[in-house]
Amino acid sequence: MIGLLINGNLSPEMEPNLQLSLGFHDLTLLNTMSAYGSTPATMLQYAAAAIAEGQVDVVVLLYADAPLQPQGSAGGSYATQLPPEGMNGLPNAYGFYGANPGYAMATRRHMHLYGTTSEQLGAIAVSQRRWALMNEKAQMRKPLTLEDHQQSRFITEPLHLFDCCLVSNGAIALVVTSPERARHLRQPPVYVLGVGQAAPGDSHRSDREPLVHTGAKAAGQQALRTAGVQLEDIDVLELYDCYTYTVLVTLEDYGFCAKGEGGAFVEDGKLGPGGALPTNTGGGQLSSFYMWGFTPLSEGVIQARGQGGLRQVDEHDLVLVSGNGGYLNYHSTVILSPHVP
Amino acid sequence: MTEIGSTPMAVEVEYGKPVPAPDEASRPFFEGTLRGEIMLQRCRACGFWMWPVRVRCIDCFSDDLTWDAASGMGTLYSFTIVHQVVHSGFANDVPYNVAMVDLREGVRIVASVTAAAADLRIGMPLLAAFDHITDTVALPRFRPATTGS
Repeated sequence: MIGLLINGNLSPEMEPNLQLSLGFHDLTLLNTMSAYGSTPATMLQYAAAAIAEGQVDVVVLLYADAPLQPQGSAGGSYATQLPPEGMNGLPNAYGFYGANPGYAMATRRHMHLYGTTSEQLGAIAVSQRRWALMNEKAQMRKPLTLEDHQQSRFITEPLHLFDCCLVSNGAIALVVTSPERARHLRQPPVYVLGVGQAAPGDSHRSDREPLVHTGAKAAGQQALRTAGVQLEDIDVLELYDCYTYTVLVTLEDYGFCAKGEGGAFVEDGKLGPGGALPTNTGGGQLSSFYMWGFTPLSEGVIQARGQGGLRQVDEHDLVLVSGNGGYLNYHSTVILSPHVP
Repeated sequence: MTEIGSTPMAVEVEYGKPVPAPDEASRPFFEGTLRGEIMLQRCRACGFWMWPVRVRCIDCFSDDLTWDAASGMGTLYSFTIVHQVVHSGFANDVPYNVAMVDLREGVRIVASVTAAAADLRIGMPLLAAFDHITDTVALPRFRPATTGS
């Protein structure tokens, strides 16, 4: 009994009828799931529950997209849909396209409240590029310096080019099954110890500030509690990084440092190879490839298995993976381990 | 991929940027901006104000909603200076600002500010002004207010 869960994205092909294109027969679980970049955790929860109930033996989680087309620009790939009707058309009327301006304003707000600097954000980009140099699948294989980051063009201030993720064509599949079955398969099993989700809600009311206080806090606590582990026990982080700021605010909300101290926390390069907190060890979406929540989750699995090759982190007993979507509206956390829980 | 600016509507060819299309639900807002008012949905049950259009109160879930004129006063929550041209209609405008404005009514809206980038400060008081981009549509754009009240 086999199931297929499809990560809904902006591609019309990523619907349940993808089953027919792939020629899969007699599935006992099929759905397209969509919570933007936080989707894979939701898929894992659903797959695990269905496996535990005996509804299905194996579930394949799938992401695929080809936003880069010969005629288009990378910057426009996710931003040139027709304008929505009514008041929802207002952002486009002001020249607000795609995700960049929203994350730029979140970043600017954080800078205003806490004094976070562009150089501190640049340290995240530099650390991740160092990881990408050891990942043969990464799109960005040239060294990046802080000076390169600072001199890269502005996309939308305060975000420089190298604060923004890539646009990528590709696909990733993860196979989920029971621990008993996994032990007899070709690849070393990775166990899902805990999952958490949080969606803080509407950004358009001034009594709330989800751009600075994200769902990572609640989702992280839920995942750690389920897993029965402490934050200090985490060896490797794979954090959703649509922008450098997303990494910084996620570190704060998980509690790796206090709110507002993310800039000072990352500026010594501790997220990079040899650092105290190995983070986005494949280069992340900033430097390897942009596959929404599947970039951090797949790298988390690779690290937990010990298959990271040159970039493998020595201590990988506990790997924390985050997902994020919307304008920091959706968050998920997954804790993985190579050890039986 | 379809270029939005190439749609053959006369009004878009002239203005060159996307013009919001008022629909039934948002008509009070767009009628308001033509008069020089920011009309917002407001809950009759609890008084909560909202942006953009909702079907129920997002604070108390009542469906008893009306439209009221907001004060037009607010503060700058955050802003960005856009350099990247995604829509060709903005090619001559870059770099330009996009802002989030906290209205006195407790609503955080997307808009822009008619001020130089160097003069933008988070928290600065703002006052609504209205840019008649076509004969039938006006956009709120904020200008720095001289007093903080």
